Amino acid sequence: MKLSYLKKIRTVTSLLFFFSIAALFLDLSGVIPPSVFDGILFLQFIPSLLSFTNVIAAGATGFLIIIFLTLIFGRVYCSSVCPLGTLQDAVIYIGRKIRKKRRFKFAASLKIFRYSVLALVLVSLLFSSTLLINLLDPYSNFGRIFSDIIKPVVVFGNNILSGLLESFNIFLIYPNKVKGFNWITIIYPVLFVVILIIMSIRKERLFCNTICPVGAFLGLLSKFSFYKISINEDDCTSCGLCEWVCKSNCIDKKAKSVDFERCVSCYNCLSVCPKDGVIFSSSSKKEIKYSSSKRDFIRNTAVYFIGLTGIAAAQVKIIPTKESTVPVKSKYPASPPGGGSTEHFNSYCTACHLCISACPTGVLQPTFLEYGFLGMLQPRMDFIKGFCNYECRICLDVCPTEALIKKDLASKKLIQIGKVKFVKDNCIVETEKKDCGACAEHCPTKAVKMVPVAGANLFIPETEDEYCIGCGACEYACPTVPYKAIYVEASNIHGTAKKPKSEKIEEKIDLKEDFPF
Amino acid sequence: MDRRHFILKSIAAGVAAGTVASLGRYSELFASGLPSEKYDLVAIKGGEAEDMFDSAIAELGGMKNFVKKGQDVVVKPNIGWDVIPEKGANANPKLVGRIVKRCYEAGAKNVYVFDHTCDEWTRCYSNSGIEKAAKDAGAKVVSGDSEKYYQKVDIPGGVTLKNTKVHELILQSAVFINVPVLKHHGSGRITASLKNMMGVVWDRGYWHQNGLHQCIADFGTWRKPDLNVVDAYLVMKRNGPRGTSRDDVVEMKSQIISTDMVAADAAAAKIFGMEPDKIPHIKMAAELKVGNKNLDQLSIKRIVL
Repeated sequence: MKLSYLKKIRTVTSLLFFFSIAALFLDLSGVIPPSVFDGILFLQFIPSLLSFTNVIAAGATGFLIIIFLTLIFGRVYCSSVCPLGTLQDAVIYIGRKIRKKRRFKFAASLKIFRYSVLALVLVSLLFSSTLLINLLDPYSNFGRIFSDIIKPVVVFGNNILSGLLESFNIFLIYPNKVKGFNWITIIYPVLFVVILIIMSIRKERLFCNTICPVGAFLGLLSKFSFYKISINEDDCTSCGLCEWVCKSNCIDKKAKSVDFERCVSCYNCLSVCPKDGVIFSSSSKKEIKYSSSKRDFIRNTAVYFIGLTGIAAAQVKIIPTKESTVPVKSKYPASPPGGGSTEHFNSYCTACHLCISACPTGVLQPTFLEYGFLGMLQPRMDFIKGFCNYECRICLDVCPTEALIKKDLASKKLIQIGKVKFVKDNCIVETEKKDCGACAEHCPTKAVKMVPVAGANLFIPETEDEYCIGCGACEYACPTVPYKAIYVEASNIHGTAKKPKSEKIEEKIDLKEDFPF
Repeated sequence: MDRRHFILKSIAAGVAAGTVASLGRYSELFASGLPSEKYDLVAIKGGEAEDMFDSAIAELGGMKNFVKKGQDVVVKPNIGWDVIPEKGANANPKLVGRIVKRCYEAGAKNVYVFDHTCDEWTRCYSNSGIEKAAKDAGAKVVSGDSEKYYQKVDIPGGVTLKNTKVHELILQSAVFINVPVLKHHGSGRITASLKNMMGVVWDRGYWHQNGLHQCIADFGTWRKPDLNVVDAYLVMKRNGPRGTSRDDVVEMKSQIISTDMVAADAAAAKIFGMEPDKIPHIKMAAELKVGNKNLDQLSIKRIVL
């Protein structure tokens, strides 16, 4: 039976996932409707798993499908669904084009290393820290590479093209902007991608079988897969082609064996074998036997995942970088709307940065240590870089992990992520006796409004924080330096703001009446 | 100066671009060619915004009085906020579309539309309906969101504001049409023609920092739009300039057009229900001779449809 078509299916599927996910991160003009995001990311293992632990719903069962598929066919996830896998394949493809004669040999399994990493991830989850999983999850790493490194490059290219067209008086493409490019938060993704590239050039899919916790977990499952790749000793001529093309270095020509735990189901071996030496068939008889320790491990794994409740507290202040009369700082970092609380957000966010990519205003920025060590790289609302658009809820829509839970726009407009604080002694109206009003101008709920100053033709801000949603528009717009005269004091537990007051204006307009001048 | 600026500036009527940018009196090179109108100001009410514009501009001799064949025109509506047209926070999209159309009919070579918005600009452009209306009428819709578009100009007549960075379209276009929407404004009292000019500069924060009203008046001394069309069809009477809901809006179905920003704003203030003298920037602008706030000294055409 010739099974080379499997490789073609794998290639096409992987490219579909790769490009559609990449498009989500690089959609500069926001043409992809948010409803599509969920469908595209449905099968991503860690986001789906984390969503599932929050809301057991059909929308979050992607990881169950992956587990099911793995139990039948092995790690199809790794070569078909995982965008980071395909990214490595691209490096491998280029590497092989450059060094045509390169042949890979069977390498010993780094089992202990791989399972140690998995165990560490599980233990840290048990202690309610998603840090390790965030740092190692292939999807989230792919997201950070695209959001933090590739998107700025694409924006740069877009702007060159846009400028070029504009010089010919064509205004087809709008220029774009990278807000808040931060060297500290980009260090990790850069290091990661460099290591990933080195690993894939030297040992192809080594990452997937040493560091990747999803790879390790699915590898464990694939031991019990119904269909497995193996070598048919009768037809094998020991030509070694399969061993040379194996990305996981898991085929041993001499022993005529395949370490299927490490196999990423790329099916290169099936397509390259000149005979029927490599076969993909139902695993034989006695191999399926569950030892109690294994079963415990799987059960425990599930318990670890499902039982997680966040206790990681985040309390790192925004450090003022400037000195002035009345220093202002929010005690907590502002977490994006939809999470309910910083604690919930920190427990479910894998720092994939999809929301950062999608955010039109640039208010979402990756953190370094603002949430504390355990919340590293997760996004926060940075009101110096931007403010939350009142009419927008795209971050809630695109979040693949339920760190931000979907809500309709009307409910999102009442999510109170913090409360406004007015510092009169910093305000221009108070200090300079001049009108300003930038804060009230931007406030969408009129939690900040301008009221007359007694004895002067001046208006000064007044706040009613029960109407405040903490969008940060006032803080962003406030022109005082170095400290703002108005800012959002972020809440660790989000509240609900009162609906903005509204009453129809009673004013009779007589359209036939003459002008008042 | 990069290549694009160079090309655009070279095209711009072959005038020495640097001198023009620093003097900032580009319009006056062309202003001498304009025939003087019969009226200083036209006030109209009772119709649709775009139709009122047609009637009003006819009283000023039609668009051909303002736009000459082959000229570049920049139309600067208020597109400040990411809200739907019904909330009255942005200029009426149909009105903007009609103005663009009339410019082309008068022989304009290019009609550009832009604003330096307050909310995220692409959402403002699309949700205001102005991007579509302007593009449908053939306008080139340009970003106001990148500092690269803004060139430093001196404001010799300014009291507080001595220089600022202005969008290059204002510097390069022969004709500048200002299309504010009349609204309540928390600190500006009202916003109309003078205040709408804040959307052509890069650093608005400086204005807020250093005396909003004086800076608005100062900027008026630098460049007077060739035409001001104050949209008062839907007028936000409170919670301005952004508004919280449609309840803030009153349907006044009015419009004021004038070449004089101060006169237009004085009339707009009256329609709004405020005395022009109570609005500091109108008073300051009049003192700086940006225009005339005394409506009884002007020749006004009043049309009630």
